[in-house]
Formats: sequence, C-alpha cells, structure tokens
Amino acid sequence: MAADAATNFVIHLGSFWLPRQGSTLAPQVDRGFDLALYVGVAFFILVVVPLVLFVWKYRRRRAHDVGKPTGHNTAIEIAWTVIPLAIVMACFLVGFRGFLRASVAPAGAYEIQVTAHKWAWHFQYPTGKSTDNELRIPVGRPVKMVMSSQDVIHGFFIPEFRVKEDVVPGSYTSVWFTVPKPTQTLLECTQYCGLGHSGMLAKVIAMPDADFDKWVHQVKLQGSPVAIGRGLYTSKGCSGCHSINGTRIVGPSFKGLWGTTSHLSDGRNLVVDENFVRKHILDPRSLPVTGYPQVMPSFKGQLTDEQINDIIAFLKTVK
Amino acid sequence: MSDSTTPAHPERSAPAHPERSRGTAAGTNYLNAQRGIKSWLTTLDHKRIGIMYLVSVLTAFLLGGIFALIIRIKLLFPGHYLITRAQYNELFTLHGAIMIFLFIIPSIPASLGNFFVPMMIGAKDVAFPRLNLMSLYIYWVGAAMALLVILIGGVSTGWTFYAPFSEGPDAGHVILMTVAVFILGFSSILTGLNFIVTIHKLRAPGMTWFKMPLFLWSIYATSLVQILATPVLGITMVLLALDRGFHIGIFDPRYGGDPVLFQHFFWFYSHPAVYIMILPGMGIISELIAVHARRRIFGYTFVAFSSIAIALLGFLVWGHHMFVSGQSVMAGAVFSFLTFFIAIPSGVKVFNWLATLYQGSISLRAPMLYALSFLFLFTIGGLTGIFLGMLSVDVHLHDTYFVVAHFHYVMMGGTVMAFVGGLHHWWPKMTGRMYSEAWARLSAILIFIGFNATFFPQFILGSRGMPRRYYAYLPEFQGLHVFSTFGSWVIGAGFFIMLGYLVYSLKAGAVASTNPWGAASLEWQTATPPPTENFPVQPVAEHGPYDFEEVVAAQAALEGSAS
Amino acid sequence: MSDAITPPAPSEKSPSAHLEHAPPAHPERSRGTGFHVAHHFSSAEVQFDANKMGVWLFLVTEVLLFGGMFCAFAVFRSWYFPAFVAGHDLLSKAAGSTNTAVLITSSLTMALAVRSAQMNRKGLTLGFLVATLLFAATFLVIKYFEYHEHWASGELPGALFGHPYMNLKLSNPALAHPLRGESLFFMTYFVMTGIHAVHVLVGMGLITWMLVRTSKGQFSSRYYSPLENVGLYWHLVDIIWIFLFPLLYLIG
Ligand code: HEA
Ligand code: HEA
Ligand code: HEC
Ligand code: CUA
Ligand SMILES: [Cu+2]
Repeated sequence: MAADAATNFVIHLGSFWLPRQGSTLAPQVDRGFDLALYVGVAFFILVVVPLVLFVWKYRRRRAHDVGKPTGHNTAIEIAWTVIPLAIVMACFLVGFRGFLRASVAPAGAYEIQVTAHKWAWHFQYPTGKSTDNELRIPVGRPVKMVMSSQDVIHGFFIPEFRVKEDVVPGSYTSVWFTVPKPTQTLLECTQYCGLGHSGMLAKVIAMPDADFDKWVHQVKLQGSPVAIGRGLYTSKGCSGCHSINGTRIVGPSFKGLWGTTSHLSDGRNLVVDENFVRKHILDPRSLPVTGYPQVMPSFKGQLTDEQINDIIAFLKTVK
Repeated sequence: MSDSTTPAHPERSAPAHPERSRGTAAGTNYLNAQRGIKSWLTTLDHKRIGIMYLVSVLTAFLLGGIFALIIRIKLLFPGHYLITRAQYNELFTLHGAIMIFLFIIPSIPASLGNFFVPMMIGAKDVAFPRLNLMSLYIYWVGAAMALLVILIGGVSTGWTFYAPFSEGPDAGHVILMTVAVFILGFSSILTGLNFIVTIHKLRAPGMTWFKMPLFLWSIYATSLVQILATPVLGITMVLLALDRGFHIGIFDPRYGGDPVLFQHFFWFYSHPAVYIMILPGMGIISELIAVHARRRIFGYTFVAFSSIAIALLGFLVWGHHMFVSGQSVMAGAVFSFLTFFIAIPSGVKVFNWLATLYQGSISLRAPMLYALSFLFLFTIGGLTGIFLGMLSVDVHLHDTYFVVAHFHYVMMGGTVMAFVGGLHHWWPKMTGRMYSEAWARLSAILIFIGFNATFFPQFILGSRGMPRRYYAYLPEFQGLHVFSTFGSWVIGAGFFIMLGYLVYSLKAGAVASTNPWGAASLEWQTATPPPTENFPVQPVAEHGPYDFEEVVAAQAALEGSAS
Repeated sequence: MSDAITPPAPSEKSPSAHLEHAPPAHPERSRGTGFHVAHHFSSAEVQFDANKMGVWLFLVTEVLLFGGMFCAFAVFRSWYFPAFVAGHDLLSKAAGSTNTAVLITSSLTMALAVRSAQMNRKGLTLGFLVATLLFAATFLVIKYFEYHEHWASGELPGALFGHPYMNLKLSNPALAHPLRGESLFFMTYFVMTGIHAVHVLVGMGLITWMLVRTSKGQFSSRYYSPLENVGLYWHLVDIIWIFLFPLLYLIG
C-alpha cells in the first residue's frame, strides 16, 4: 500500500540535507544539525588532509627504511584532548537547549489525542471528531499530541516538523509544534512494528485557523455509501493490508473478492457475502483464511454498523 | 608502490632456511604437528582454536553479507518487489543479529586475539585452554540455534528485540533466538575472562604492561567490557523469553510491566557492546600503523589508557539510544552529556595515529591500505555519532537511515576494515603463505569505494526523512537507494575477490618468511607458522614492541649476506 | 599436549627477543594425584593464582547478572510501592528466616571443608561436604513448600496471577482485582529466587563432584584449589540470598 499511497505523499526538501522547515521548532534543530556538520567537516579535513600528505611525503622509498624515532609531546596531547572537549561541550549545550524547548509544550496548546495501532493512526479532536491516517491541525497555534499505543511501540515522526517521539503502550508520551503556515506533509511511523511498519503513514494537513474550526466542528461525514466506504478503506487502515489492485500485501486483495468462495483453515468454505465480511471485520479469528497470517485486528468498537455497511458497499464495487 | 620497496623474502630466492619448509621433521608447526579432523576438534592449542573461530566468524560474515545484498536489491524499487514484507523483516533482523552476535562481537578477539594474544606476550597458551575450546563449542551451539531459527521460518524483531513487539504473535521464533543469543553471550564471557587472566598472569619475563603491544591493551579493555556487560544481556534474554513464554509481565504493559525497561536493559549491554566491537579494531590499527610505517606509536601511554577510558565511559551512555523513547528529559540530558566524552579518547587515538604516520616510513601494502581506510571511515562514523549525541538533532535523526549509515561507518568502516587489515597483516604468520599483494590492493580499493558509495547516500536519505526498517519507501528516495545498492555490489566484488586470493594463497602462495614486515613484537620472532608451543624456548621481552631499527637492520644484514 | 621434545631454535635468531633455554619439560600429567602444572604455566603458584583470578572474574559476572534484576526490583518497587508492601506480606517470614539460617550454616560447613582439605584431613572434608549438601537440599525443600503455597493461592507473576486458567481464587480478598503491582511483585520474587535456586542446584552438582574427587584423594594441603573455588562460588550463592531475603521478605 505504501507504494500506491505513497504517490499522495511527499517530503519537500528544504536544503541538500534536510526537509523544508515546517514548524517553528525546525530552525533550532537545523542550527544544531549545521553546527554538527561544521564540526564534522572541520575535523574530517583535519584528519584526512594530513593523512594524505603524510602518506605521500613519508612513503617508504627503500626496503629497509625505518621511521624517525618517535618523540614525546605532552603539550600536544593535552591540546588535542582539551580543544575537542570544549567543542563537544558546545555541541551538547546547543542540542540540549533545542531539546528542552521541544519537550515543554506552551500552556494552552491545542490537544489532539493520538492512538497508534498496527498499522494505522487514529486522531481524536476535542470536539469529538476523529480521523484516521489524516492529521489536521490549525495554523499558528501550538498543537500538542498526547499519544498512546494499543499494541506495540510505534514512532510518531513528521520530518518537516523535526518532531519524533515513541508511542508506547501503557503510558502517554507527547510532542508539540506550531506550524506557521498552511501546508501538507507526511507523518511516518519510525519504531519498527511489524509487517505494516513502512505503510504506517498519515497525511498531515495544516489549515488556516478558521477553516480548521469549521472542519473540526462538522462531525458527520457525508457522501454516498460507496464513497464513505472508500474513505474508510484508507482511513481505517484496511489499505495497510488489503490492496484493491490485486497485489498481495498482508491480507488478500479486495479486487474481485466479493462473491468468491473463501477457504478457511478449519476446512470450511464460505462465500464472501455481507455476513462473512461483517463477521470478519468484527472477529477475524473466527474466520481464518488459509494461506495468510492471522494478524488482522478486530475492528469491534471502532466501526459502527453503518460504517460496515458502507465498507461492504465499497467492496462490491472493487472488481 | 613497487615490490622493491618491501622487504624481500629470503625463502623466495634461496632456500636459506631448509628447516622451515613443510614436511621435514624440523618444520613441525601447529598446523602439521597433528593431523585429522579429530586433532582439530579436540585441540587445546589457542592457535588452532583461533583458526577455527576465524573460519566460523567469516562464514557468519558471508551469510550476513548475502542477506545484506538481498536487502539492497529489494531496495532498488520503492514498492513491492522480489520479496515480501515478511521476508524483508526477517532478512534485516537476521542480517543484524548475525552480523552483531555471530560475526562482529567474536570476530577479532576470538580469532586473531586467540591466535596472537599469547604469542604477543610470549606465552605458550591462554590461561585456560579447555575453557577456550569450550567457548568455541558454545559459539557453535549458539550459531546452530541461530541457523535453526532461519531454517524453521525466521524471526522478525530487528536485532534489538524491542518488547512488546517481540512478545507478540508476528515476531517469529523469538524464544529460540534469545536462547541462542544467551548462549553466544557465554562464549563471549569465557573469551574475555581467559584473556584478562592470560594478560595478568602469563606475560613473559621482561614483558611489563608498558612493553605490551597496544593490541593487548585494547583486548584487555574489551575483555573488561565483555565480562561486565554480557551478563546483563544474559538476564535480559532470560526475562524476555520468560515474558514471551509465560507472560510474567516484566516488559508487558498489560500486566503493569514496562517496555521501556527492556530498552534500558538491552542498551546497558548493547552500547558497551559497540566498544567490544571497535576496541579490538583500534588495537589492530595501532599495530598496523606502527609496523607498516616502522615507527613507534606516538603517545603510547595515551593510546593505551584511552582504550580503558573508552571501555569505562561506554557504560555510562546507553540512554543515548532512547532519547525519544519517553524517558525523562533529565535522563536524556545526562546521557547526551556523557556521550560526548567518548569522543575525546577516540580522538586521542586518531590524532596519535596521525602523528605516528608523520615522519614514518609508510609502506602501502594491503594492511596499511586497510588502516588508512579505517582512519578515513571511522572518523566519518565517529563524527556522525556527534550528530546523534546531540539531543535536538537526534530527535530528527533517530531511527532513520542516518543511524544506519552511522553504524555501518563505525562497524564496517571501522571494525571490519581493521579486521581484514589484521587478517592480511598476520596471514603469513598464521598460514605460512603470502597472499597476492596486487589482488589484495585491488580488493582494498574496491571495498573502500564500494563502501562509501553504499553508505554515504544513506546519511542523506536519513536526514531527509527516510526511516529505517522500511520495506517500502517514498519514490523521491529511490535515486539514493539505487546508488547505495550499486555500491553494495562493489563491496561484494571486493570481498569475493579477497576470499578467492586468500584461499588460493593457501595452496599456491609464496612461502612466507619469519618476519616479512620487519615487525618487532614477539609473535614475529618465532618460526612461521609457529610451533605448537609458540616458542621453542621461553622468550624474554627486552625491547619494546615497536623498536624497529634493530630488527630491520638485522634483516638487511641477513639479506645482504644471503645474496 | 605437553611436548617434551623441544623443537630446534630458528636459525634466524631474533634480535629483539633474547632467547633463554627452555625450562625442564614438565612431567606428564599424573592422573593419580589429580595435580599437575599445565604446560603453559611457569609454576604451580602461577597456575593457582590464575585459576583463582578466573573464578573471581566469573563471580563478577554473576553479580552483574543479579544486579540487573535488583535494578528492575528497585524500579518496580518505587512505581508500585503499596502493592509491593502488600505482596511482601504474603511471603512467609518464618520460612525465609529459616532458609537464611540454613544457607549461612552451609557456607560455614563449606569453609570448614576447604580448611580440612588444607589440613589433609580427608574424612573431615568429606563430612563437611556432605553437610553442605544436606543444608542446600533443606534450603530447596523449604523453598519448594513456599512456592507451592504461592502457586496454590494464585500468587503468581503476570498473566498467571490469580490463576485465571485454573479458576483458583486469591487467598487474600484485598487482592480481588488482579492488580498490576502485586503480579509484578511476584514476578520479581519468582524470577529472582528462581534464578537463585538454579544456582543452588548448580552448586549442589559442583559439591557432589568435589565429594567424588575428595574421596578419590585428589586434594591435599598442596593442591586444593578446585575445592576452594567451589567454595567461593558457594559463598556467592549465599551472599546473593542475604541480599534477596531482606529485600523481598522484610522491607517489601
Ligand atoms: C562499532 C560500533 C560503534 C561505535 C564505535 C560507535 C560510536 C559512537 N556512537 Fe554509535 N551506534 C552504533 C555503533 C557504534 N557507535 C550502533 C550499532 C548504533 C545503532 C543501534 C541500532 O539502533 O540498531 C549506534 C547508534 C548511536 C546513537 C543512537 C542513535 C539513535 O538511534 O537515535 C548515538 C547517539 O548518541 C550514537 C553515538 C555514538 C558516538 C558519540 C560514538 C563515539 O564513540 C564516536 C567517537 C569518535 C569520533 C568522534 C571520531 C574521532 C574523533 C576525532 C577526530 C576527534 C575530534 C572530534 C570531535 C571534536 C567531535 N550511536
Ligand atoms: C558488523 C556489522 C554489519 C556489517 C558488516 C553490515 C554490512 C552491510 N549492511 Fe548492515 N546492518 C547491521 C550490521 C552490519 N551490516 C545491523 C546491526 C543492522 C540493523 C538491523 C536492524 O535494523 O535490526 C543493519 C542494517 C542494514 C540495513 C538497513 C535495513 C533497514 O533498516 O531496512 C542495510 C540497508 O542497506 C544494510 C546493508 C548492509 C550492506 C550492504 C552491508 C555490506 O557491507 C555487506 C558486505 C559483505 C559481504 C558481501 C560479504 C562478503 C563476505 C565474504 C565473501 C566472506 C569471506 C570473507 C573474507 C575472506 C574476509 N544493513
Ligand atoms: C493487520 C492487517 C489487516 C488490516 C488492517 C485489515 N485486514 Fe482484513 N485481513 C488481513 C489478513 C491477514 C486476512 C487473511 C487472514 C485472516 O483470515 O485473518 C484478512 C482477511 C480479510 C477478509 C476476508 C478475505 C477472504 O479472502 O475471505 C476481509 C473481508 C477483510 N480482511 C476485511 C478487512 C477490512 C474491511 C478491513 C478494514 C476495516 C481490514 N480487513 C483490515 C489483514 C488485515
Ligand atoms: Cu508503527 Cu512502525
Ligand atoms: Cu550507543
């Protein structure tokens, strides 16, 4: 899925090394990166240039040459201990200051609850609205993510915003950022979480404050059942495991699935109809399809009956 | 460099030393003293054990390398290609686990260390030869279990085994793999214990601590880390297996346990373990630079003590792998602060090596080429460690390809370069044959170029936001991935050429002299290959390990009289 | 391995290594006395020191193995303090104290066994070793009854807590909910005492081996280092228990 969905996502480059700066935290992080880069390049030159010079100048000319006797020089030893020490301490301070700023969210930040599960992101807004695999945020206001996982550890990473934090089951972690202008970018899962790890992406949309307010208060989704079903297919994470073009990701592709006979590993052969799909969504273990790992999560409590109907409507159209 | 600049091999021109040609009774050495598989499997000779270890770890390297090549081929294309997600996850897990636990941790100490530690201090064997053999058998058992895991369907947790993923249904044969790692840990402990006692108790008369070759200092420091850190890995693996098997709840949040605690346990071992990997490599580099530049190491004591400093500091920084794991800001700050101190003793080493090259007499034979590669690549690897040690920068770089590039630069560019450099350096002593210098230089250059082509683009990938352990990736990353994959083929070519000429040299290489490089440490002062008890008579260390003048002068005189 | 034939010195004598003449070859290993200096040691004393150092280093690794668990204990205890207090109330202080006494006594008899070996008193050595074995066995038997008790009342780690599979009820009604903390207390309790018990078992094996070697007359005032090393190990097992007992049973 990542492959086909990926076409919707881009990380825009800001410089040769780094993505563009999408949040107010980014410039500070990038200054740290640049400092490390300068220090790195400087010391690299300091090592490699003499290296090449010496190798050329002191190359062995006759078989029985030996090097000059080695002297001893305490002053120089101290110099190359103390000077790098001073430099790395500077690096520490710069990194620490940036980190402190990034770890304390300003009071009154707009809070969004993030729930990660294999292999999708669920965002819950204060109004009761929720989205899946699509994070919408208001521009110009500090936004705080309060994050927790339902299963294993995931990682919340928005490269353009320079934020990353693990999403841990059994406890809460958080990140915050302020996005100065409307933009679209990508959220990636950075903590290895299994088969769907590389497909655990979400779209990040920063909207003008007023538009966001309007959007977040409008709770009901609209559209034809098929369209809603298609939306749920991506937003609820079905697409992480089921393709609609026939390729096998984790589970069977939905292409042409409707109405076929499914072979279960307990020997039953059942037709993929309304009941079958409904049951499979709510309790996948009760209908184990042969030839696939039993990893589909139950969506009980996460999909309403109406939404399941919409998914079924959509499924029928995937030929 | 032309061949005329290198010490000639008397054996090649004139049979001046008939007693050293194989087969005659006088030419008895550790290889032909006894014959048959059984004599190898039951040997207590540290040299034979070292050779068996060498073959074993190189086999592991080959296997891990082949997995890496497959990973790289998959990454030619962003989407589904060649292998499935599940296979990909198993491949990088096994690649990492094999490279770390079966290859790089035992690599230098157990093979070259086993062979040369006793010889360099003028001893007949390690302190506990039986334990030494036992550690090899334990290694084989652990390796066999790891192979079994591969055969019965793999494991896909990443080499870090993070809980609770590793306790879930889709992680594969985790328990078997943790048992294998536990067992391999024992083997590592036994090796370390043996070396500490050997270095303390079995030094030849005159061999004071400061007359020891620097390789021994670094092996000593490594052994300390092995002894102090590995037990913690052991208990971690036991706890993980119990938690997965019986749900005792220690790492499982469902029962109040803490997954982050697992990470603390794991890195408490695995960060010091990166110094188990690099320190022996640094020791080899000291030898290679001194011998092939024929100059006493500049700042011997600083280099010696920096090994100990690295070993000890290494215990204080494990939390730098967990800056974004949800540990407290305070913990992050302390770990970051301490991390930077490790740069200092590492820098001391690098600068002292440079100062040794200055005014040396540098021969560009293969071992030196690898030493120079090490300096180049390790410096890049270490300096990118500074990016990662900076808190705010690591937030962006953590778990991206930047980290992947960092650790390949230090492990492959550092340790592996030192290992193969040392392998070439001591090859004549171990096998009695010379490898082909021309081919060796070719493969050194191929590996150097291929390595940079493979891993430098990964820094760029990582800082641009490409996460690691991704089967599929965004199309805009494809260019750099393709470049990286091409690079990996060049590395592969380099290593396969190496395998070829090394094996060929066993059959048809020129017979090596006692001391082809004009080195001054004790292992070069006995016959090539060495006799079973290393030295026919107890050697006495009268000179330092890097006093080349006399050795080289004597060689020159000898050659003058021979011709 | 010991090779009596000294190979000829290489003709190209190294200038930097001054070669002395070989020490007299060591006699072949005399199996009868069980005492030999391996060929690579210059003297019995060096060999003795080396062995002892090896054992000490091994003991260091053991300390670190348990050190990890002690850290985990400290962390969980500070998180779930009330639960840990409740958990420690469920341990039998009587059984714990008895076991402490038993193990300390066994350490004493072990030390006495080493001493008698040094004094060439084979009979006494055997007696003390048997006594040590018996104490060790007593320790394990008491431990077994403790484990059994906890098992029967569902005081078990993690998922086993409250025995969901066996439909057993917790004996203590205060624990009606399978609280996270208590199950973690029993996790640390079972893991730490369990690994300790494994060490006791290994120790018993080693002591039995020493019994056999003593009865074969392999130890004397000249050579008793294996016995002494097993003694060191046994003291370590004892010391670990001396840390475990107050932490788990007394302070909770
Ligand atoms: C051989 C192994 C090895 C070595 C030697 C090192 C060396 C160092 N490493 Fe590395 N590291 C790994 C192997 C190694 N590492 C591995 C395997 C991982 C990832 C594990 C995983 O997640 O799978 C990792 C990950 C890793 C991280 C975590 C990244 C993350 O996951 O977010 C960090 C962070 O601080 C780090 C830092 C360092 C530092 C500061 C050094 C220092 O020791 C480097 C010191 C050397 C130099 C600095 C160069 C020479 C010095 C000079 C020329 C002097 C002048 C220098 C200055 C003034 C700066 N490493
Ligand atoms: C010693 C350590 C080591 C070494 C040497 C290597 C070597 C290589 N690694 Fe590895 N790598 C790791 C340790 C190592 N790696 C670890 C720990 C991870 C993390 C895993 C995880 O995430 O859990 C990793 C992950 C990793 C990834 C990231 C996967 C991901 O995150 O999705 C990639 C991708 O390119 C990669 C590539 C390579 C390549 C191309 C090589 C090449 O350099 C390999 C070249 C070698 C050969 C082709 C073998 C040739 C050998 C012979 C011919 C034998 C004979 C030899 C002699 C005679 C000397 N590695
Ligand atoms: C974690 C990956 C995953 C996710 C997410 C997932 N599935 Fe599945 N699904 C599977 C796997 C694997 C199978 C086959 C094995 C089985 O029976 O569980 C499967 C089987 C099915 C089947 C039966 C197919 C057949 O051949 O009979 C249906 C219908 C289905 N899934 C629907 C859905 C819907 C609808 C969603 C989203 C609301 C979804 N799945 C989300 C992994 C997933
Ligand atoms: Cu979720 Cu990776
Ligand atoms: Cu580290």
